[in-house]
Amino acid sequence: MTELRDLYQAVILDHNNNPRNYGKLTLANRHAEGVNPLCGDQVNVFFRLGDDVSVKEVGFEGRGCAICMASASIMTETVKHLSVVQADQYVTAFCSLAVGENSDFTGRLDLSTLNILAGVKAYPARIKCATLAWHTARSALSKGGASVTTET
Amino acid sequence: MNIPRASTQGALSPLDVEAVRRDFPALHQQVNDRPLVYLDSGASSQKPEQVIEALNNYERHDHSNVHRGVHTLSQRATEAYEASRTKVQQFINARSVKEVVFTRGTTEAINLVAQSYGRAKLQSDDEILITEMEHHANIVPWQLLCEQTGAKLKVVPFDDTGVLEMSRLKDQLTEKTRIVAVTHVSNALGTVNPVGQIIQLAHDAGAVVLVDGAQAIPHGPVDVTALECDFYAFSGHKVYGPTGIGVLYGRESLLEDMPPWQGGGDMIKTVSFDETTYNDLPYKFEAGTPHIAGAIGLGAAVDYVTALGSDCIAAHEHQLINYATERANAEKDMHIFGQAPVKAGILSFALDGIHPHDIGTILDQEGVAIRTGHHCAMPVMTHYGVSATARASFGPYNTIDDIDVLFRAMDKVREMFRQ
Ligand SMILES: Cc1ncc(COP(=O)(O)O)c(C=O)c1O
Repeated sequence: MTELRDLYQAVILDHNNNPRNYGKLTLANRHAEGVNPLCGDQVNVFFRLGDDVSVKEVGFEGRGCAICMASASIMTETVKHLSVVQADQYVTAFCSLAVGENSDFTGRLDLSTLNILAGVKAYPARIKCATLAWHTARSALSKGGASVTTET
Repeated sequence: MNIPRASTQGALSPLDVEAVRRDFPALHQQVNDRPLVYLDSGASSQKPEQVIEALNNYERHDHSNVHRGVHTLSQRATEAYEASRTKVQQFINARSVKEVVFTRGTTEAINLVAQSYGRAKLQSDDEILITEMEHHANIVPWQLLCEQTGAKLKVVPFDDTGVLEMSRLKDQLTEKTRIVAVTHVSNALGTVNPVGQIIQLAHDAGAVVLVDGAQAIPHGPVDVTALECDFYAFSGHKVYGPTGIGVLYGRESLLEDMPPWQGGGDMIKTVSFDETTYNDLPYKFEAGTPHIAGAIGLGAAVDYVTALGSDCIAAHEHQLINYATERANAEKDMHIFGQAPVKAGILSFALDGIHPHDIGTILDQEGVAIRTGHHCAMPVMTHYGVSATARASFGPYNTIDDIDVLFRAMDKVREMFRQ
């Protein structure tokens, strides 16, 4: 049970129960949908980018497990107010962290909040739950909204 | 399939479950430092020693190609392969071995019927009737066929208890209906459908019936002749046999009439560049070198199930599902999907406020293997407005104890989530 608690930390359960930035953004100018067809998890990520190409507002909607929901919530808090380039670096850093690896950005970004989700690396079947919202965010930011899937 | 009613608690199992368990080596291991409790036979069952030994023996001594050699090994392989066909024929009570086609599994068997029978027989405006509780394997092949022929797909709904709405089925069966494709047992709900009655109704309307037997074959006796079904499909890996092998039963007169689906070796009599003549049944539908070991393993699995007795397995699983249902009903925060009066050993459920994947991960830490997700039956999920359920499914090797472990592990789930 102690190991499991690494995965289901109080902070994660709190994000799951009270997701931050939850809901559709009416003024969004970027949006993408992400699905994990294996388990039916689904998230929609919305951004309102300013003229300076930074994230003014971010929101998400969806349904999925606690890991998926908490990760989406943490993602929105992480990328808010960042430039698109910085946000993308966090996506890279997070996806590496989730599989227990380092990325080019690992040492350069503050990953303390994201580390809460690092426990997922011990549960290979659940890594996609954690990364879904991040891939979806990247898609919304880069291509302006192609839908993404965890199965390629 | 007749599932005898059995009283729940304290009832003596018709199986010697401890002896059955000894036959399955995979059950005897620790997972995450706990004894494994395998409750995912609906996805894929474990194999008894007898099947593993048959596979081993074939690979070590008898392997060669079938139907082509005069040498001893090829003869042995051919004999064992064909002996398995006979075992399957007897197991499902087909009239002839010609009616038993080996496929890769249920999915391939259904695709075979859709592409061979369906493409030859259907025209635009014909209708195919399926149900809302089908596995994707019994939906998508028909959708493809509809695209190819212009036929229309009609769907019979089920009610909230998971029972097929027979009155709707009767309404939707018309003179346009050419094929009815229905699952014998729902993998997501456990419902046992009245396929005998459906077949009669469909035949009266002039339609042929394909029964998806993937979940039914492991859980009770099936007699295709008594059912009078036209096609019956199932997979080896859900009936204690290997993956990569399955069966399409087809009524001989229908198979005879159907064009081959795939071309290649084994399915021909003669080939020239002007004309090719096709082989006899069932070989017409078995192009290429088949999964010989798989078929032999399936034969051993059929022997195993026959020795235990399909009706004993059914009665045993009935005790398990009754007990599990009773326990689930006693939990306020637990919901069962599928409360049909006649069910096989499948319990699909949700816990308030806790996603099935989280349940699955936490149960796994307790050594309990269940399936979570949409079970390849997304329309069933849509019916209940959920994206996933947790599913415990039972085999002859499961015990009342296993269910107690499951429910104790569920308390851990709650502990983890409700602090
Ligand atoms: C009812 C039903 N039909 C079809 C299938 C597909 O079987 P296979 O993947 O072995 O072809 C399954 C397997 O999950 C099933 O439960």
